[in-house]
Amino acid sequence: MKFGSIMRTGLVAAGLLAGAVGSAFAQAGDTIKVGVLHSLSGTMAISETTLKDVVLMLIEEQNKKGGLLGKKLEAVVVDPASNWPLFAEKARELLQKEKVAVVFGCWTSVSRKSVLPVFEELNGILFYPVQYEGQESQRNVFYTGAAPNQQAIPAVDYLMSKDGGDVKRWVLAGTDYVYPRTTNKILEAYLLQKGVAKEDIMINYTPFGHADWQSIVADIKKFGSAGKKTAVVSTINGDANVPFYKELGNQGIKAKDIPVVAFSVGEEELAGVDTKPLVGHLAAWNYFQSVKDPANAEFIKTWQAFTKNAKRVTNDPMEASVIGFNMWVAAVKKAGTTDPDKVIDAIIGIKVPNLTGGVSEMLPNHHITKPVLIGEIEANGQFDVVWKTPGLVPGAAWSPILDDSKNLKADWTKPVNCGNFDTVANKCIGKAAK
Amino acid sequence: MLLHRPLSVLLSVLASLALAGTALAADLTALVGNLTSGGLSERAAAITALAASGEERAVPILEALAAGQLYTRNSDKLAVIGKVDGNRLALSEAISGKSAGSAVDADLERVRVNNRLRGVIEAAVGSLTLMSPNPRIRAEAADSLFTRRDATALAALDEALAAEKDPRIKRSMSEARAAIVLGSDAPASQKLAAIALVRDRADRDSLGILMTVAAASDGEVKTAAATAAASIEQSLAAWQMAQNIWYGISLGSVLLLAAIGLAITFGTMGVINMAHGEMVMLGAYTTFVVQDVIRTSAPHLFDVSLVIALPLAFVVSGAIGILIERTIIRFLYGRPLDTLLATWGLSLVLQQAVRSIFGSSNREVGAPSWMSGAFQLGQLNITYGRLWIVVFALIVFASLILLLRKTPLGLYMRAVTQNRPMAAAVGIRTPRVDALTFGLGSGIAGLAGVALSQIDNVSPNLGQGYIIDSFMVVVFGGVGNLFGTLIGALTLGVVNKFLEPYAGAVLGKILVLVFIIMFIQRRPRGLFALKGRSVE
Repeated sequence: MKFGSIMRTGLVAAGLLAGAVGSAFAQAGDTIKVGVLHSLSGTMAISETTLKDVVLMLIEEQNKKGGLLGKKLEAVVVDPASNWPLFAEKARELLQKEKVAVVFGCWTSVSRKSVLPVFEELNGILFYPVQYEGQESQRNVFYTGAAPNQQAIPAVDYLMSKDGGDVKRWVLAGTDYVYPRTTNKILEAYLLQKGVAKEDIMINYTPFGHADWQSIVADIKKFGSAGKKTAVVSTINGDANVPFYKELGNQGIKAKDIPVVAFSVGEEELAGVDTKPLVGHLAAWNYFQSVKDPANAEFIKTWQAFTKNAKRVTNDPMEASVIGFNMWVAAVKKAGTTDPDKVIDAIIGIKVPNLTGGVSEMLPNHHITKPVLIGEIEANGQFDVVWKTPGLVPGAAWSPILDDSKNLKADWTKPVNCGNFDTVANKCIGKAAK
Repeated sequence: MLLHRPLSVLLSVLASLALAGTALAADLTALVGNLTSGGLSERAAAITALAASGEERAVPILEALAAGQLYTRNSDKLAVIGKVDGNRLALSEAISGKSAGSAVDADLERVRVNNRLRGVIEAAVGSLTLMSPNPRIRAEAADSLFTRRDATALAALDEALAAEKDPRIKRSMSEARAAIVLGSDAPASQKLAAIALVRDRADRDSLGILMTVAAASDGEVKTAAATAAASIEQSLAAWQMAQNIWYGISLGSVLLLAAIGLAITFGTMGVINMAHGEMVMLGAYTTFVVQDVIRTSAPHLFDVSLVIALPLAFVVSGAIGILIERTIIRFLYGRPLDTLLATWGLSLVLQQAVRSIFGSSNREVGAPSWMSGAFQLGQLNITYGRLWIVVFALIVFASLILLLRKTPLGLYMRAVTQNRPMAAAVGIRTPRVDALTFGLGSGIAGLAGVALSQIDNVSPNLGQGYIIDSFMVVVFGGVGNLFGTLIGALTLGVVNKFLEPYAGAVLGKILVLVFIIMFIQRRPRGLFALKGRSVE
């Protein structure tokens, strides 16, 4: 009996040892490790789990093509559990312990801000695939989602145009955190610049997960009945959207009367809503699943096969993940190594096709060029593209509209090599700007 | 010759008739052709042209266009109207209305519209349907012309006004006419009469029109419009008050539903159950599963899906509640901190379990037809969904009171919570009653989940949003007192809704929290404190 248990322990230990040795060999020789830093539990799991799956799919596809630099890619998935400080801890674990070559991750701006110092200190590479408020450019981070000038500003321009309804009165409604606050600050400055009167702008913030929208929707209705064409620009995030749209439908606010253009509502979010009362409300993104393009059709097919679910939808941050991944692969091939410094230098100017028929380019400010599309919600939960920019829009790290950033530019190539270069004082502000 | 004359006249008449007929059809074909070709900006002109033709088919074609049901068939470029029929679309020819077989999405190219075009179509259909024999359609037409204020509809309106018999429709037609006149450059006398008409309508839309007029004109018209707008604003302010109270009651009823189960588990049993929100979530997911089954196997039952879901949600959440009580909580009675930690851990386990089974994204729970939409009570806008939730909350509350007061189980529950040793001494099996009480509280949380699935996300996080509010309500109302929970929920709801317009949603929430903290400082036992020996 006793002997048996000792034997068993010994066997287990041997097994563990063999496993450890095996993985150590794998690390040294055959694989390139790719870190995935998306929340798989907690509030943000709803959005981020999908992106984890996308990266896993991309790695699988790349390995089918023979890997990278003759090595297989290996995913290292960690779960920061929607807990912002944990993001920094997990990022450190990925870079220091797992020694990953690159990390794909983060969704909320606060999680990105929390990992920035880690990536800077350990010189890692992070690809951030979500639309965000801008006003940032960091050497170790590549922003493949939209900056405000690639989403918010064109959306407002569209609504001001004749086709968009010639809107004169604006409700800026958002969840109370950094992305909506900064975006609304930029939008307010932009609208004032365009000659919109101060009393024609209503700004409203609600807490995360706000569920009771009755009085706010009634307020919007009231604001919209002043005789001028009114639109709502929504930076309402995640969970709060469903009750918001339900209330809009219930109170009979139709898109042809007061359209709502949203920056955080895509195909995934609409999957939980009965969209019939919402037909005609808008969203601005750089990608819609409904875009007819061979590359997109191929991507949707691969995705639905990978998830074994023929109804799985695709959305904008997924496309941004795809572009980021492909850019990294191209940069590693060009540099011939996964060494971060070499990859960071090599990736500037890399061009990869996006999924809407164009070719996106990585710019010196670590943002990319993207088309801007405005889609109307359809009864089937998809978007019908009603407008798109004629060409690709280059992402601006710093908003030229806000006073405190209009002189700043980001350029990570020589000789500037700075994320916040003051073009008037002609010097790099560096960390002092934060 | 003489004989030939009438014949030739007849022939030429016939010929011209036939020609006119084909000309008409050709006309419609051309008009519809213009509609289906070209970009979005040319489409507006095509819509107006089609409406102006006065063709009988114009209305169904335009309505199909607005609904996104107008297509061109890829094979022969024929304009067709497609209605969903199972997995395929049943087609009819747009021009003749004749059936044209069926097709799948990929065979068709949809004629696209945007919001601006939907507005143009609404105005066009409005002026075309003013003379409809159906009074409801006529009333709708007048209403849409009032909101659209399309000047080209003026002639049609005048004609319809002359023919209209129904006084109510006649009234909305003249209001629509007044709204159009106010937007035109008609003489001041006409505008003044129009202002009086619009003022008497006294709702938000008329206020908007009057404010535009007051801003855009001068002299007599400006003052008249401004005074009229001010008087409407005044009467609306009173309605606004009533509306806020209604919103407050509605929010209160949601809080009541979420808290009432907790009032039992926490209030009477004293278990700090952090997994209470997850019981609500399980109820919501039960609703989703019920609807999912109904959608695939018995679509005609959709309208009663919630009624079917109610008992199931009660059973599911109640059973899991009993399971939790038997396996975890009963070992922790009298150790509040341990209970808190254990149930909190449990809430995470339940969330992650649901996430693994159903996926992390939101699930769609539809509203049955009797819960969708809204109605006007004066200037009060009441949505059916909210109304039913208020009614439902009160029913649940009343039945719970009855259960506790009038049934043997209720008697045992009260006996055990008030004096456990004595209850045991007279032969009540207290562990069993504990389990049933906890199950009852959890089951009621499940019922709340069915109602909340109508207004909130059905996601694994659903419960988290309500747990803090629920504790707040129970503590504020007085622990162990069900009526306290009722009053507490409604008070917090109404206070919240009165603060929100002034302080904003974020600050409003903070203020309510501060208020409760202050209140608990003064009255630690809440609004309605239990008195007597059972209170330690």
